[in-house]
Amino acid sequence: MIDRAQVAHVANLARLQLAEAEVEIFAKQLNDILQYVEQLNQLDPQLEGVEPTTRAIEGTIPTRPDAIRQMVDPEALLNCAAAREDTFFRVPQILG
Amino acid sequence: MRENYEAVIGLEIHCQLATATKIFCNCPNTFGAHPNANVCPVCLGMPGVLPVLNAKALEYAIKAALALNCTIAPLSKFDRKQYFYPDLPKNYQISQYDLPLATNGWLTIYTEEGREKRIGITRLHMEEDAGKLVHAGSDRLAGSSYSLVDYNRAGVPLCEIVSEPDMRSGAEAAAYAQELRRILRYLGVCDGNMQEGSLRCDVNVSVRPKGSSKLGTKVEIKNMNSFNAIQRAIDYEIDRQVAAIEAGERIVQETRLWEENSQRTITMRVKEGSSDYRYFPEPDLPPIVLTAAQIEAYRSALPELPRQKRQRYQLEYGLNAYEANLIADDRSVAEFFEAVVATGAEPKPAFNWIMGDITAYLNENKLKITEIPLTPAALGEMLQLIADQTISTKIAKDLLPELLSQPLAGTVKDLVAAKGLKVMTGAELEAIVTEVINSHPKEVEQYRAGKTKLLGFFVGQVMKRTQGKAEPQTTNDLIKAKLEN
Ligand SMILES: [Zn+2]
Repeated sequence: MIDRAQVAHVANLARLQLAEAEVEIFAKQLNDILQYVEQLNQLDPQLEGVEPTTRAIEGTIPTRPDAIRQMVDPEALLNCAAAREDTFFRVPQILG
Repeated sequence: MRENYEAVIGLEIHCQLATATKIFCNCPNTFGAHPNANVCPVCLGMPGVLPVLNAKALEYAIKAALALNCTIAPLSKFDRKQYFYPDLPKNYQISQYDLPLATNGWLTIYTEEGREKRIGITRLHMEEDAGKLVHAGSDRLAGSSYSLVDYNRAGVPLCEIVSEPDMRSGAEAAAYAQELRRILRYLGVCDGNMQEGSLRCDVNVSVRPKGSSKLGTKVEIKNMNSFNAIQRAIDYEIDRQVAAIEAGERIVQETRLWEENSQRTITMRVKEGSSDYRYFPEPDLPPIVLTAAQIEAYRSALPELPRQKRQRYQLEYGLNAYEANLIADDRSVAEFFEAVVATGAEPKPAFNWIMGDITAYLNENKLKITEIPLTPAALGEMLQLIADQTISTKIAKDLLPELLSQPLAGTVKDLVAAKGLKVMTGAELEAIVTEVINSHPKEVEQYRAGKTKLLGFFVGQVMKRTQGKAEPQTTNDLIKAKLEN
């Protein structure tokens, strides 16, 4: 069961500003989702001994050779930033 | 009062893997590049990019784990560790959480009492490094009006190696970190440069009354960039905690920074919400699946490790523990030593020459043993010439600078002949001895009257006239025979 305090906590960690009404809505939606997934527990006997998985596809991680190749000019990437100084990315004050 | 307490110390070490490129993109992994020269859409976390694991980074991490006696997980995976900080372009770090690459390892240190002690390794996992912040307007975070970020380091492959809380003093912790670095360098997977941050240590320290099995409140210390600093920071922190407990204070669980200038630890501001990283499996990277055969192939490709070399040098070469530790410290030095011994040279003189004159020359000229013209074969030949008394030790010492700095055209024997440095014995030497004795009648008289200490004077005179080429034992015998007849 997810309560309003938990929603507010997670929103804070994710740097999301939620209005009181939104906290209410999300708490309800999240609980609905949990209840939906909860149905899997009805399969409990069949799931006995089945390892949790994070993926639907079998096989190991693909890897690439350790060879340098820069396709994009870093200068172009710096120009995508909201603010830059020389070749640094410039960000607002971190702590007050 | 410190004797009544016991410290419990664990280390978390981050080491940058010495790959050519970053862990999930093709950007160069180089230290000291121009700010943001080594960046691309992947390591800057631009939308729609796909991270692809660097095969070399995986290989290096597996090698490190095996050398640290870890069990490699047949299945491990990457997770996203989420927090907001500008050094992290994606707002999450790709790391490994509940299924790390390897667990349950150990390494061996030597305590101050000279005993072997096994330090447990809880886990080893792979992750990406974060970028670097430069705080404008102040050297401290708090006073900055804005910050500048360099993402060259973002995405550099890291291994995080977490120890068990098995260490009891600053010296033991420093010995652990040193042995860990030695192993990583033997493998060639990390350069171990602490000044440049390729090897970074975080330390957890708590104290408890001796005999108690309950752990005290743990304090984390960061910011030590030498083994010496690790040792001093821990010893300072143990004293601080003991004094606080004795004064009836409570130890606060916190992160403290080691201040090199003032030689103390200070409280660091704790990152807000840092304990709640909301890890979840990285959807862009499938799990790492390794078969037993693959793991065994990596294991069989491991080089001989420092501890094995130290043991073998004592058993096979008759070095003592101190000497074995010293020469096994650096792999290239150890391999040079072994190659010299393989030419048939006695291990002890080989050790003495390498750790003495040769090391002094290397230090003086900031060179590695692999960067000098002297080959193990040439040193082996020189040691043979000393052993069969073709040249004296003194001549060898005079010869060495040339062997160290210039490529040898032929053999050492050729060089000795060309320079006329061959040891002098036989009739030639006898003639000079006679000459010396004849030109010092006063000293001869004193010697014969019982002042036998003058033997050294005559030997010195012979050495002077032969420019050190006289074979010492024969010289001694000849002088004695002539004076005592
Ligand atoms: Zn990149």
